[in-house]
Amino acid sequence: MYGLVPGGREWIEMAHLLKTFSITPRDFVRAGEISIAIQGILKSVGFGQDVIRRASVCAYESEMNVVMHGGKGTFFLAVEPEMIVMEVADDGPGIQDIDLAMQEGYSTASPEYREIGFGAGMGLPNIKKNADEMEITSEKGKGTRVKILIRAEEESGGAG
Amino acid sequence: MSIDEIRKKLGLELAAGGGGLHREVLSGYCGDLLSDVMANCGKGAVWVTIQGHQNIVAVAVLREMAGIILANGRRPDPETVTKAEQEGIPVLCSPLGAYELAGRLNALGVGGMEQ
Ligand SMILES: Nc1ncnc2c1ncn2[C@@H]1O[C@H](COP(=O)(O)OP(=O)(O)OP(=O)(O)O)[C@@H](O)[C@H]1O
Ligand SMILES: [Mg+2]
Repeated sequence: MYGLVPGGREWIEMAHLLKTFSITPRDFVRAGEISIAIQGILKSVGFGQDVIRRASVCAYESEMNVVMHGGKGTFFLAVEPEMIVMEVADDGPGIQDIDLAMQEGYSTASPEYREIGFGAGMGLPNIKKNADEMEITSEKGKGTRVKILIRAEEESGGAG
Repeated sequence: MSIDEIRKKLGLELAAGGGGLHREVLSGYCGDLLSDVMANCGKGAVWVTIQGHQNIVAVAVLREMAGIILANGRRPDPETVTKAEQEGIPVLCSPLGAYELAGRLNALGVGGMEQ
């Protein structure tokens, strides 16, 4: 995915705005707080509404997946006026079949989670729809990493 | 129309987040699956749901909703009340079901699509 970013991985490490958050699995009290913080950052940078909406959906779904399915996680954010990169990694059980996991409606969420409105199997498809680029890598027993790129150039309200 | 006007017209009880009652309602959405709401609700929505747990507040903040209506006499969890107060997201309660609430919202001019 970083082949698409001018300057590649180096660009990301040198971006003007970098932030790392840690995610605690099964902590539903704090779940969503990282995404709300990111939404606030993107608003203060001055991105357009559509960019903020798309980034917020991607942040929320990837944060919730770590809380619900993953292990100890980190949420990494890099922001430049023309793009937003998010990298969400955890050391949980991993995803056995990524193509299957990407299908709308597929979910391994327990009945307890479904009862409170999780487990529609729409989180990963939502990320796919809202990101300009998305990449998932996972190894069974080792963890999962989701990379998301959102471009801001088209209709940003003049970032930065 | 503000969410407060809707509260008055539909006789809804304010359970939390009174600081956000000035929020403008631009559309409505019904749903109990959080990722479906995340994907499909419009901006400035009033969201009708039976989910009373704390994660509804994050969904409302991230989708910039005007407020949440809990249907069927559901009550927000204590953590939901705390978060809604913090974020200024009005949580309103009604004994009516989602279908009935949606009908009454429509009659007030709140459409399904963002206006
Ligand atoms: N970080 C992760 N670690 C392990 N498994 C994951 C992770 N993220 C997703 N999965 C797997 O992929 C499936 C599909 O994820 P997706 O987000 O689309 O749906 P969901 O989380 O089950 O439900 P929803 O997001 O609609 O509440 C999950 O049910 C789970 O099996
Ligand atoms: Mg999910």
